[in-house]
Amino acid sequence: MASADVLVLGGGTVGAAIAYGLARRGAAVTVLDGADDDARAARANFGLVWSQSKGVGAPWYQRWTLDSLERWPGFAAELAELTGIDLHYRRNGGLTYCLGDAEFDARRTQMERLRIQGGLPEDHARMLDRAELQSLLGRVRLGDRVTGAGLCPIDGHVDPLRLLKALHAALLRNGGTVQAATPARTIRFKGGSFTVDTPRGRFEAPRLVIAAGNGASALAEQVGLHVPIQPQRGQILVTERLQPMLPMAASGLRQSEEGTVLIGATKEDAGMDRGTVLAHAAPMAARAIATIPALREARLVRNWAGLRILTPDGNPVYAESPQFPGAMLATCHSGVTLAAVHAFDLAEAWAPGRLPDRFAPFHHRRFNVPQAA
Amino acid sequence: MFRKLPDPPRHDRVTVHVDGHAVTVSAGDTAAAAVLASGLPYSRTTTVSGSPRAPYCMMGVCFECLMIVDGDPSRQGCQVIVRDGMRIERQLGGRELLS
Amino acid sequence: MTDVYDLVIIGGGPAGLAAAVQASELDLRTVLIDEQPAPGGQIYRSVERAERDGLAARLGPNYQRGASLAGAFRACGADYEAGCQVWQAEAAQGGPGQPPRQWTVHFTRDGQSRSVRGRHLLLASGAQERPVPIRGWTLPGVMTVGAAQLLLKSSRMLPEEPVWIAGSGPLPLLYASQLLSLGGRLAGYIDTTPRGRWRAALPHLPGALANAPYLAKGIMLRWTLLRSGVEIQHAEEIEARGTGRLEAVRFRTARGIREEPARVLLLHEGVIPNAHAAMALGCAQRWDEGQQAFRPETDEWAASSVDGLSVAGDAAGIGGARVAEVGGRIAALGAAHRLGRIGEASRDALSMPLRRERGRHARIRPFLDALFRPNRSVLVPPDDVLACRCEEVTVGGIRQAVSLGAVGPNQVKSYTRCGMGPCQGRQCAPTLAQVIADSTGQPVADVGYPRIRPPLKPITLGELATLAGEGAA
Ligand SMILES: Cc1cc2nc3c(=O)[nH]c(=O)nc-3n(C[C@H](O)[C@H](O)[C@H](O)COP(=O)(O)OP(=O)(O)OC[C@H]3O[C@@H](n4cnc5c(N)ncnc54)[C@H](O)[C@@H]3O)c2cc1C
Ligand SMILES: Cc1cc2nc3c(=O)[nH]c(=O)nc-3n(C[C@H](O)[C@H](O)[C@H](O)COP(=O)(O)OP(=O)(O)OC[C@H]3O[C@@H](n4cnc5c(N)ncnc54)[C@H](O)[C@@H]3O)c2cc1C
Ligand code: FES
Repeated sequence: MASADVLVLGGGTVGAAIAYGLARRGAAVTVLDGADDDARAARANFGLVWSQSKGVGAPWYQRWTLDSLERWPGFAAELAELTGIDLHYRRNGGLTYCLGDAEFDARRTQMERLRIQGGLPEDHARMLDRAELQSLLGRVRLGDRVTGAGLCPIDGHVDPLRLLKALHAALLRNGGTVQAATPARTIRFKGGSFTVDTPRGRFEAPRLVIAAGNGASALAEQVGLHVPIQPQRGQILVTERLQPMLPMAASGLRQSEEGTVLIGATKEDAGMDRGTVLAHAAPMAARAIATIPALREARLVRNWAGLRILTPDGNPVYAESPQFPGAMLATCHSGVTLAAVHAFDLAEAWAPGRLPDRFAPFHHRRFNVPQAA
Repeated sequence: MFRKLPDPPRHDRVTVHVDGHAVTVSAGDTAAAAVLASGLPYSRTTTVSGSPRAPYCMMGVCFECLMIVDGDPSRQGCQVIVRDGMRIERQLGGRELLS
Repeated sequence: MTDVYDLVIIGGGPAGLAAAVQASELDLRTVLIDEQPAPGGQIYRSVERAERDGLAARLGPNYQRGASLAGAFRACGADYEAGCQVWQAEAAQGGPGQPPRQWTVHFTRDGQSRSVRGRHLLLASGAQERPVPIRGWTLPGVMTVGAAQLLLKSSRMLPEEPVWIAGSGPLPLLYASQLLSLGGRLAGYIDTTPRGRWRAALPHLPGALANAPYLAKGIMLRWTLLRSGVEIQHAEEIEARGTGRLEAVRFRTARGIREEPARVLLLHEGVIPNAHAAMALGCAQRWDEGQQAFRPETDEWAASSVDGLSVAGDAAGIGGARVAEVGGRIAALGAAHRLGRIGEASRDALSMPLRRERGRHARIRPFLDALFRPNRSVLVPPDDVLACRCEEVTVGGIRQAVSLGAVGPNQVKSYTRCGMGPCQGRQCAPTLAQVIADSTGQPVADVGYPRIRPPLKPITLGELATLAGEGAA
């Protein structure tokens, strides 16, 4: 039996970030990860590091997101220095394109609401009209139906695959281990320690983080945490490498450092099915072309689907087991955006003992509050 | 890189333009074959490092023959049949999409 | 197009053509979609044209056989979509009273996408040559033997001298003799078949002898080469050298390292199933140790693990042209039975002679597989060799990802971009699987390939958007 200070179940974006955060504070961390072809949002996501539209009606989540954005430059630099991997993180602003007046008005209303909710300054985010947006894009012509865009200067994007690789590499650098293809089956708690059985042996540690994405609910049940998690399918399209044309990332449309253009992502209720469906992918292509007509000519190289990990309100859950002290569940939708706070703030808060009270709003007991009719 | 066997007289000749130079090939040839016959040393450069490449498999599986055919970029040249007057350009690096 | 075909065939090589002929004989409404402008597939490429202009006769009777098959196909009444690349097939449940599945097959031609629907789908997408990752294999001037042969068949083109062939298997020999007979010249022929392979293959010789014509042909080809004065040598560590283009070939023989000037270097280490489409559609795969390749699992009627989807010909496992032809017919019988168009008894009766014929042609395969099993350095190349031509990922890069804990092809792909370029892994997935297996000590069978996703061929976003329907764009 192998033992460690902390076992992290799941080596996706969330598990790897927390594991790295704990390891850099000196803990002996072992990550148990699933099979190579598991659904991994970590490998399928869009790569936005993003605050626009996050946390409507949930100021604690909005703040958490903004904190992460603040940490991101240092976080990316630290990983690059430690691993030599450039994450391709760009914090040069993020757009939400609007087609038609209704979209423009809705976006403006939401932006304003979020700004007031967060007590943020006037220049935190603003709407660009069509002319401003066009001059921002330079020679790349906007489609006729584009009315403008929301702009948030601190938003940006990252290569999520480089992020995942760097987190794993950084964890190893800090003395951690990753057991690939070693999914946790049963969790037991005895004598102040967790024992986790896997097809590749038994692992033991006094503390446990459950960050297994869509596999987390089943594991959390075993430590008395009942957290409802639903998969939501998201399809993404990626083109061949093109010359730089999109100066900043947008919701659903960004150009990677390699030059590929990513278009995404659908929202489909398909259980754990990761198949792609043209009927949903095609409208996405159509919208991208309606936004930037030149994309009509770009060649599609790949169409994939990933599974989001959604709680009922779409906001993160960090919760400790009441019966089994030392076990924590961590799950969220925007694990890329939140990677910096996961590695820094969450790991720091949890490392010495129990999560402090300021994490109370993230507990899943919020779902049990009876809804007023 | 390749030379043509003399065509039998019944064959239709077509003229295509490879990077602006007229090249005579036979009807039924592919655009990739035309580039190979043109004498140019390579048919594209990669988007990653700019390294020069030429058709490798001629059967549609390696994508080394990507070229611009009549203004339409990233076509698999080994799967495109020539037409008289076809304009074939080598594809150098990533494409620029503007309009 | 509101009509629904009984059978949609992808691929117009011997398997697809024969399947179409058989299906039409059974009155199945059939359409065949093929990338090539004319019937023939890889082996019988451009055979109709070559037959007309006399080239076919010079390429030999095995090639000429394709002309009659193409003729039978043209006459059989099946619809034919030539010059069309299939980029996606999707299954949907059929309506009440219909078979459980209906396929929509999307294909593109000259930038226009169209689709057909069918009750049964047959993949006859053939073979591709095994990637031959050696130092310098991306240099212009280095290509496959198959590529040179296709240039000969469809464009009457010969490589410019000095020409070197380096490889193993029947195809390099065949091409070398075709090249010489048409007045081309070879600077040298490097046989990469490891010494001692003959001994490994010997136990399979009795089976191969039953295929005496094949064997005799092989021996004759070698003889032709020797007689024409081409130097044949056993060598390994083949390397293409040059700046910006091929200038020399370097190799190690028993007597040491040699370097010779070269303008064209042709490589070949056997063929593997072009199983890309079958993988994308979710067919269960099986590792074929003899052929060192994955192939879709199929039953005796060519049915795959996916309902309503069959795979025949080399796409289902390398068997050669004649085996593919018979396999296509058997697949059509299986499809007709599944669709309720023929009973079990007539299906079985019709298939009897076909199975006998296939047995005859297939008997040489174990001998060939054992003799021409590729060298280890082709499967697991040195660290500095490019595994992924598109994204320029080296073998060492794959190993480095493994050392970070990525023990499967999907994770390694995420870490390295190996397989993310336009060829979608067709040229690197075999190497990826072998190198991961080698680095982790797992069997290749357990490593597998990375997940294949649509589109099978890159289409434009504009083409995709047209499927969004009216007013979307
Ligand atoms: C289409 C799409 C687009 C997205 N876009 C963005 C975006 O732009 N910005 C952003 O911030 N976020 C985005 N996300 C969300 C982001 O990808 C996820 O929040 C994040 O990857 C979740 O990480 P995770 O570690 O919880 O889950 P995953 O990355 O899914 O990883 C779960 C891991 O747990 C392992 N596992 C499962 N069961 C077990 C077990 N029993 N034992 C051990 N291990 C197990 C799996 O093998 C896997 O490695 C997107 C998601 C999708 C699907
Ligand atoms: C270069 C080469 C040379 C060979 N030489 C010989 C030989 O001399 N003797 C011998 O016995 N065998 C030879 N073989 C093996 C031979 O190809 C096969 O045995 C035979 O051609 C298999 O027939 P098939 O019908 O399975 O496939 P193929 O003949 O390969 O036909 C497959 C067809 O499907 C098409 N296709 C594939 N994907 C798509 C798509 N997405 N959309 C539309 N069309 C598609 C291809 O373009 C092709 O026309 C050779 C193989 C190769 C690759
Ligand atoms: S030469 Fe390989 S795809 Fe055209």
